[in-house]
Amino acid sequence: MPLWWPLLLASLLFAIGVYGVLVRRNAVLVLMGVELMLNAVNINFVAFDAQLRDRFHGGQTFALFVIVIAAAEIGLALAIVLLVFRTHGHIEVDDLRELADRDPEDAR
Amino acid sequence: MSLAAGSGSGTGWVQAIFVLLSLVALASALLVVTTAHMVHAALWLVVTLGSVAGIYLVLAAEFVAWVQVLIYVGAVVVLLLFALMLTRAPTGRQDDLNLRRVVPAALVAALVGALLTVTVVAGFHDVRIDLNGAVVGSAETTGTTVFTMWVLPFEVLSVLLLAALVGAIALSRLRTDGDG
Repeated sequence: MPLWWPLLLASLLFAIGVYGVLVRRNAVLVLMGVELMLNAVNINFVAFDAQLRDRFHGGQTFALFVIVIAAAEIGLALAIVLLVFRTHGHIEVDDLRELADRDPEDAR
Repeated sequence: MSLAAGSGSGTGWVQAIFVLLSLVALASALLVVTTAHMVHAALWLVVTLGSVAGIYLVLAAEFVAWVQVLIYVGAVVVLLLFALMLTRAPTGRQDDLNLRRVVPAALVAALVGALLTVTVVAGFHDVRIDLNGAVVGSAETTGTTVFTMWVLPFEVLSVLLLAALVGAIALSRLRTDGDG
């Protein structure tokens, strides 16, 4: 199998994840885009592991580590999302502007 | 899994399975980011992650594939569905899930995809993966390498996971009726 097949798949999945992160307005759907990007990176790791025949399986081990970090990230992020829902009543990322840096004269 | 370790005549089958799984993954990923039902997005994410697990199997990463099924499909998607439920997400069709920035977002995503695609295809177009006789990353192989070669990162990662869990619990117990 040519190496660029899995790499092409990973690139397209990453681009789809970028689109999801940029276009969705619900925070949970934004997190789904982040998960797609992390999976694309994992495909790269596993593909290069298979190509390099690494004796220590560095690619597969790193893919496992990325999965663990993604699990930690999703746990923390969903806790934050629920907290935002409790305090604001919605989780639409476009309307959460407390930390925005804006001029005093065009403050809403 | 002898899927990846098949002899020469099996190479065509391996490539066909890989292409089919890739098409399923890409189509369902597109549905994840474009569907107008929020719960459907989570369910299409299951299809995407499952076909990526199949791709790991084809690429001789057996343990990673089962961990993907357990952690992602089993835990992460259930967490996402719980978050959708707890934030009272409407289950019907919603036409305002996307921002009004569809065209710029699609432009940026297309540029990212084009840049990555051109780079990897130009860099690795003559490199091949030889899956015949590849060492399958079974639980035994992965466990041996993790606990001989990668012990320190593994332990650091366990501390990170503990810190993340403590942080999640602390965040969800935070009092919101105060001034904080």
